[in-house]
Amino acid sequence: MKNVIEIQQLVKSFGKTRVLEGIDLNFEASRISVVLGPNGSGKTTMIKSVLGMVIPNSGSIKVLGTDIQGQWDYRKNISYLPQIANFPPNLTALELVNMLADLRGGNQHTRELIERFGLGPFMRIRLSNLSGGTRQKVNILLAFMSDAPVIILDEPTNGLDPVALIRLKSLIAQKKSEGRSFLITTHIMQLVEELADEIVFLLEGKIYFKGTVSELKETFNENNIEKAIARILLTNNVA
Amino acid sequence: MYKILKYAFYDLIRSKWSYVYFAFYLLISGSLLFLTGDISKVIISLMNIVLVLVPLIASIFGVMYYYNSREFTELLLAQPIRRSNIFLGQYFGLSVSLSSSLFLGIGIPFLFFGIFRSAEIWNFFILILTGVLLTFIFSALAFLVALQNENKLKGFGFMLFIWLFLAIIYDGLFLLSLIVFKDYPLESLSISMSMFNPIDLSRVLILLKLDISALMGYTGAVFRKFFGNDNGLILSSLVLLMWVIIPVAFIARVSKRKDF
Repeated sequence: MKNVIEIQQLVKSFGKTRVLEGIDLNFEASRISVVLGPNGSGKTTMIKSVLGMVIPNSGSIKVLGTDIQGQWDYRKNISYLPQIANFPPNLTALELVNMLADLRGGNQHTRELIERFGLGPFMRIRLSNLSGGTRQKVNILLAFMSDAPVIILDEPTNGLDPVALIRLKSLIAQKKSEGRSFLITTHIMQLVEELADEIVFLLEGKIYFKGTVSELKETFNENNIEKAIARILLTNNVA
Repeated sequence: MYKILKYAFYDLIRSKWSYVYFAFYLLISGSLLFLTGDISKVIISLMNIVLVLVPLIASIFGVMYYYNSREFTELLLAQPIRRSNIFLGQYFGLSVSLSSSLFLGIGIPFLFFGIFRSAEIWNFFILILTGVLLTFIFSALAFLVALQNENKLKGFGFMLFIWLFLAIIYDGLFLLSLIVFKDYPLESLSISMSMFNPIDLSRVLILLKLDISALMGYTGAVFRKFFGNDNGLILSSLVLLMWVIIPVAFIARVSKRKDF
């Protein structure tokens, strides 16, 4: 199967701390890959390296076959949902959507998403006056409105109510069936069970495990994913 | 860059601080004009306010804006745009919105007072010009300091120190050096020292234009003697412009290598 993201020998340190210690990883097209790991394991640094926000010390990253080093145009192929939905306080949601559409170019599917998440009444209100949950919905709208083939979601369920969560899950499933590829980080194990085609478990800057949910359960001899993860952490003295 | 500038400007110009800043200048210049009725005196009073306050406000707003928009900047960094365009766009958005508050706040009362029919129009223009240049200079310095300091408190502290140094301490050191070296010719020393301080340079620029020897002080007098009024004006404006260009170039450079 075709790889959308290819990471080779990725090394990154901040000062004296080595955060990523030579990661080799491929993400295949039309799949949902979930990146797990304790805090400080290098999840965010890896994702930020793919987005070009963190500049690696060595190694290479290819997105849809192009080496991304020193490039910026490749980012039109990636949609990103940041962990914290903090937007310019005095813009309205609608202006923010227009801004991003303006920056990205191409087709944007906003109307359908606004309806799906019931954002209609909030679009003309300043972002500083929206609640945390509504802001997260705007964040989701921004991440899903473009046609980018790769979608990276960093803790997408932050602050969502159950209804919005169900809608988000069906949205992810729908986009996957349209051939989009996902890279998700989360702490919600239920989401992992329901969505993940593949799990990548990072520990201290290395890949500790890569495989499906059932492979993870088998390997660690647990019938519950939460317990399997807890076992990894306990046997490695990180919890 | 223009797209980012546009939205940063929309966001900032609607913030309540922009209104407060605008209202402050409106009130000060309005009441000064109303009380004295002498445009030329009001320009000198405003000069003293602008020279201290504009750098301080630009420093605080610059650092605050950068730190407050950190998370949104991360979202922008994930978009298909050049890094330097993001930061330059935000920087110009901030400088233009601060300058608009200053320009309108001072401009409106002067307009009502008939500045266009007055002989002081060029002095007024120089006052606004230095105010705008100082806004651009200190917002650029603030952005640069914030870019290089992850720690908010450190960034804030460092920028305030730069302001304090250039607005107050520098003059003291300047004076001290003139006393210590009073037996030597000091013209070139004092000229070069004022080049290294945009606030001093702005003061010289305004006073050269106003042509008030009594207020000029040593540097101003030396400046006039050396370059004459017109050349002094041109030179000091050019150096002020360099004070904008160099930090802005550094913003573009630093932003390229940084991890976010």
